[in-house]
Amino acid sequence: MQDLSEHILELIRLTATDLPPDVEAALQQAVEQEQPGTAARSALETILKNVALARQDSTPICQDTGTPIFYVYQPEGWSTRKLREQIESAVAQATAHAYLRPNAVDALSGKNSGNNLGDKHFPSIHFEEIEGETLTIDLMLKGGGCENVGAQYSLPNSALGAGRDLAGVRKVILDAVYNAQGKGCAPGILGVAIGGDRGSSFYGSKEVLFRRLDEPNANAELATMEGQLTAEANQLGIGPMGFGGNTTLLGTKISNLHRLPASYFVSVSYMCWAYRRRRMIVSGDTIKYE
Amino acid sequence: MRKITIPISDEDILGLKVGDAVTLTGIMVTGRDAAHKWMIETFIKQIRAPQGDDLKIYKALRPLLEGGVIYHCGPVVAGLDTQDYKFVAAGPTTSTREEPYQGDVMRHFKIKGVVGKGGMGPKTLAACQEIPGVYLHAIGGAASLIAKSVERVLGVYKMEFGVPEAMWVIKVKDFPAVVTMDAHGESLHAEVQQKSKAVLDTLLASPR
Repeated sequence: MQDLSEHILELIRLTATDLPPDVEAALQQAVEQEQPGTAARSALETILKNVALARQDSTPICQDTGTPIFYVYQPEGWSTRKLREQIESAVAQATAHAYLRPNAVDALSGKNSGNNLGDKHFPSIHFEEIEGETLTIDLMLKGGGCENVGAQYSLPNSALGAGRDLAGVRKVILDAVYNAQGKGCAPGILGVAIGGDRGSSFYGSKEVLFRRLDEPNANAELATMEGQLTAEANQLGIGPMGFGGNTTLLGTKISNLHRLPASYFVSVSYMCWAYRRRRMIVSGDTIKYE
Repeated sequence: MRKITIPISDEDILGLKVGDAVTLTGIMVTGRDAAHKWMIETFIKQIRAPQGDDLKIYKALRPLLEGGVIYHCGPVVAGLDTQDYKFVAAGPTTSTREEPYQGDVMRHFKIKGVVGKGGMGPKTLAACQEIPGVYLHAIGGAASLIAKSVERVLGVYKMEFGVPEAMWVIKVKDFPAVVTMDAHGESLHAEVQQKSKAVLDTLLASPR
């Protein structure tokens, strides 16, 4: 089996230091929506300067390089045990190169492992065997500030007048954006999962964030809802960094999961503007990064 | 753009208002969750006896923090193996987690500036009025850019907290920030929250 460690290290470097083009384009559009001379516009201009600088110097866009979340889609015959070893070794190396901040802290002792390796959930690695010959690794780096403002609602929610339907879903999502204020590093991107159990629902809300910002939802009803929610959230006027302004969200991504008859969860994962996600595609000896 | 030098004079603090863009030059100390808990428990509430070099560090920190600035930041640092430290990425972390501690820490050490992101609550705002002090908002995520304003790492305390949580003493030049809570009782965060609540209530009242 091929040793991909070095290429995974490159995937991590790219993810930490080079913001995807769709996100940068959305930030550039957002600048135009803010009035000249406002703190909101100045914040976005600073953000874009930082994005260019990080790319040029190959330094982390944000110092909180977050939880490394890997999704691996491997053809038959690849050993997931060996792939895990390769990912872990690349993560430790990326930390030594200062592409990643040491972020894995033992919850009981408070000790930082120093190399971003913890238990079997840190880094977070998901495997799925697929047909064909191409191996794909998706990586997302999600920081703690935005992770902390994520939320899960169980419908019905009488405080918000939210019932078990899409109208109720809309209400709790708007509530989550309001509660986040600027604390998740707005303008944010919402990953939402409707349904599932508590665990799968939160997973779903993160998985949907691998969809590009300019990629519409295949479900027409959800596609409309995504657009409506982004527009309504932007009416809240929270703005970049919570300074007030027109851009509170850059986008909303919604997925739906089967649920139990008794449960109706809506999970919201808030992604900060530093929406770091990249893909590595391995076909034979060719390695491509997106 | 107002140029502020650390340590900050009362006159400078009182002249700052919510919305002012500033640059900071001087010495700052980073401190976040573990550092605030340690300061409160060991030296302010004294519910934990000083251990190891705690007292030595306390003595070293006092003059750095008096009239000084604490920065809510967990940096990416190069040169860890050689101790020739350099900040590679150093944006602010979310400040609200320090809300239970910040006011008391400011009073105890006579801190005049708190730098972070996301704003803080009424306890810190009250301390800002009392001391007087200000809360300065740095741009969250602008870590590579902000690291450029860190000229030198002068030292580090409490490395056992881990790299992000350690207390780094840094010399900064033209560090960019915006005043979002001032010594006159104004908070941009309280204002934005209030206005957005009114919009939220309207949106929730409409069926779809």
